[in-house]
Amino acid sequence: MDDLIADFVAECREMLEALGGEIVAWEAQPDDRARLDSIFRFVHTVKGNCGFFEFPRLEALSHAAEDALADCRAGRRVPDAALVSAVLGIIDRIAEMVAAIEAGEEMPAGDDSALIAALAPGAEGAPSAVVAVAAEGHGKASAAPRTIRLSVELLDRVMSTVSDMVLARNELARRLRESTSDVPVDGAFERLSSIIAEMRDAITRTRMQRIENLFVGLPRMVRDLSAELNKQVLVDIEGGDVELDREMIEMIRDPLTHIIRNAVDHGIETPAERLKAGKREIGLLSVSARQSGNQILIDIHDDGRGIDGKKLVEKAIAGGLVTKADAAQLSQREQLALIFEAGLSTANQVTSISGRGVGMDVVRSNVERIGGIVEVDSRPGEGTRMTLRVPLTLTIIPALTVSIAGQHFAIPRSAIDEIVRANGESVTLEHVGGAGVATIRGRRVPEVSLAKILGLESNVDPRDRTLVVLRPAGGDVYALSVDGIHFHEELVVKPAAPAVMTTGLYAGTTLADDGSPILLFDPAGLAAVGGVRLEAQERSARIAENAVAAVSQATPVLLFRALDGGRRALRLAVVERIEEVPASAVRQTAGQLRVQLGDAILPLAGSTSEQLGTEKVRLFRINDGAHEMGYAFAEVLDFAAIENEVIHADRPGEVHGVSLINGEPAELVDAHWLFSNHVGTAAHRKEQLVCLVPCWDPWMQNMLRPLVEAAGYRVIDDAEDEKADVVIASVGEELPDEAAKKTIWLRAEPEVAGKKDDSIYRYDRAGLLVALKSVGTGRTK
Amino acid sequence: MNELLLVVTIAGERVALPAAAVESVVELDTLIPVPRAAPHIAGLSALRSRVLTAVDCMRSLELGETDCSDGIREAAVVEQDGHHYALIVDLVEDVVEALSEPQPVRAAMGDGWERVSKGMVETETGSLLVIDVGGLIAGAEVKAAA
Repeated sequence: MDDLIADFVAECREMLEALGGEIVAWEAQPDDRARLDSIFRFVHTVKGNCGFFEFPRLEALSHAAEDALADCRAGRRVPDAALVSAVLGIIDRIAEMVAAIEAGEEMPAGDDSALIAALAPGAEGAPSAVVAVAAEGHGKASAAPRTIRLSVELLDRVMSTVSDMVLARNELARRLRESTSDVPVDGAFERLSSIIAEMRDAITRTRMQRIENLFVGLPRMVRDLSAELNKQVLVDIEGGDVELDREMIEMIRDPLTHIIRNAVDHGIETPAERLKAGKREIGLLSVSARQSGNQILIDIHDDGRGIDGKKLVEKAIAGGLVTKADAAQLSQREQLALIFEAGLSTANQVTSISGRGVGMDVVRSNVERIGGIVEVDSRPGEGTRMTLRVPLTLTIIPALTVSIAGQHFAIPRSAIDEIVRANGESVTLEHVGGAGVATIRGRRVPEVSLAKILGLESNVDPRDRTLVVLRPAGGDVYALSVDGIHFHEELVVKPAAPAVMTTGLYAGTTLADDGSPILLFDPAGLAAVGGVRLEAQERSARIAENAVAAVSQATPVLLFRALDGGRRALRLAVVERIEEVPASAVRQTAGQLRVQLGDAILPLAGSTSEQLGTEKVRLFRINDGAHEMGYAFAEVLDFAAIENEVIHADRPGEVHGVSLINGEPAELVDAHWLFSNHVGTAAHRKEQLVCLVPCWDPWMQNMLRPLVEAAGYRVIDDAEDEKADVVIASVGEELPDEAAKKTIWLRAEPEVAGKKDDSIYRYDRAGLLVALKSVGTGRTK
Repeated sequence: MNELLLVVTIAGERVALPAAAVESVVELDTLIPVPRAAPHIAGLSALRSRVLTAVDCMRSLELGETDCSDGIREAAVVEQDGHHYALIVDLVEDVVEALSEPQPVRAAMGDGWERVSKGMVETETGSLLVIDVGGLIAGAEVKAAA
């Protein structure tokens, strides 16, 4: 608010200064229309702003003057000397008040009614009062702020001159290095260099603007929109003090506006719908900005109905954007990413706000054009989060220089995922039908030879090259093979000539430190020219991964960071979903921490009440088929698989073992222990039934055993000499002689392959639990 | 005052560039090639910390290729739409004054010349063809596509 007032004061002061001459001229010639208009504009602006800031006296004054002047403009009244004096009196009083606001003082005391009354036709003015006020007003003008307003063009010119200066300095540095060194010259040059660096810093800062300028219009926009749509939306804005390049702010204005319109229009439900869904009537839309490295992250989060991935897929299939077969392979994330495809709108009806099928694709392309990324995350019924990631500035880009066939090029660092050697251990290069495929740690990505794209001959053996794994804005990955990697540099990038840009390969040119020009690649352009079919490749890559996982029988786990900082893993199968709740939903009740999720109260593990903090708590909702509980965590790290040996803990506890996952140790959370300790006696029975589970089958031990145990059984394996109530075995397996009262047969395929039997698909959790339960209740067939 | 013209030789032919369009005449040494760019883009060069896009005039006119192998080439620097171009020519001669308004050339010229011609003017050193700088920069392909 203070900033806005400062702006208002600056604007008023500026206008008052400009008016100074006009007022005098108007006094001499009251029928001069141009003067009348500019004075009218002034009082009008002041009036408008005052309404906003609650300066009632200023508002009353300017409103009265505006009325009188409006009459003159409309020709209802002829301005005379009395009116001129009265208006001047008001303007002086305004100047006086503005000065007081600026100085942070109380408004000068006094009654304005005399001044306002003087405006009335035929009223006698009070010229003497005017003079006194004017003198006072001028006395305070000496406290003028030490700021000036500059045109943006001028700033841009200074900025580009400074960029040129940096380049000129680089060239001079090179020449100096070449010539014989002279200590005094070098010293002078050093000083010049540091001055230039300082200047560049300062100039860059002049171009920075607080992102507040972008946010300030949002509440109003949301208010108007929600009124139009009969919705109630509360806007929560954070991080307005983040600074961003002025140009950048302009570039993200449209995408941001669009996302917010979408959120209000499609995301947030009507109050009635919200009540029905058990939410507060008022939808919450939070917009926040924060700086992360050389990027600015802008989050737009609504708690509306979320995006239905399945619906998107249906639309995409109907619209011919993906084939049915491809669609079946899409992960949740990719389903959501379909929203950015051209020609896809989830709105069933076209509204005046949004939903014309143009939009999110435009948002993405606009954001990508400035080197940014837009991501979407959504849970149906709970809301949508859009994240814009944009670089701090457009002109200076951190880049990596690479070489091919002796020529150097630059690649924007933001697009680089990783760099690996083509002959490294974890990398295999294959050629399939002339197309290169690189498998990097089990991930299959298309490989593109830079030499081939550019039509250059490289004399470096393909195996000695380096692969730069690029993720162009948009998310699909490919590997670019180059001869060598050189430097990381901060490059001042300038657009290249149209003849160069039409190749589609380059994003601009720049000068390297040695003064020679370097071309900056556009990673997405390279992929397009290189013929990488991004999406198709990405999907098949995932299929390959799945196949690998199935063969090694690895247990999929969710890798996360616990609230105490530990790196833990939880078997994926037991995690039902991830929830986020306010800290207030977690209470210490009935002897342990419990969390309220909707209308259920679940035990909460994974934290102590001190660790939870005061804001949001993120937790896994874990399920053993009969009971649910929560497990609080700090952040999800990755999906992974247990491929290495599990070192078991000596005594039972929250963690039953530790294993290397993705190269680092991770503690494996024992879900069974969690349930037996937190759900308490509910999970135990007095007379435990005994279930025999073959010990040699890792699937049975890792996946099935917790389920069976949670169902109330004591699990033994065939090494133990004990009579079991039930045996679980795979179809086609030989059973031990002393077969139990009942055998549950599991099959690996969802569909019954051969003759019909009463086997259960091994992931048919419900079926399994029913079967186990039926043993417990003694209703065995 | 009459228009000043810069007399240059392209493909052995003496032609004139409007001197007002030419910022300077430079000698280019190393050129950084631009792979996949139109053939008449000879490469990039740096001049006083600015990037110059070098245009091979012979290729632009489809009259062959300027031999850049011996290193230093003479070029006229022009600016168009904020970008600086270096037009590589065989030789830069002199600045002369046009003695007449450009007249259309009636005789049939080669395709390349036809495309960039702005007419013929009289000078003290004889008749010269005035070249359109924009046409040289655009090159052959753009024209063909249009």
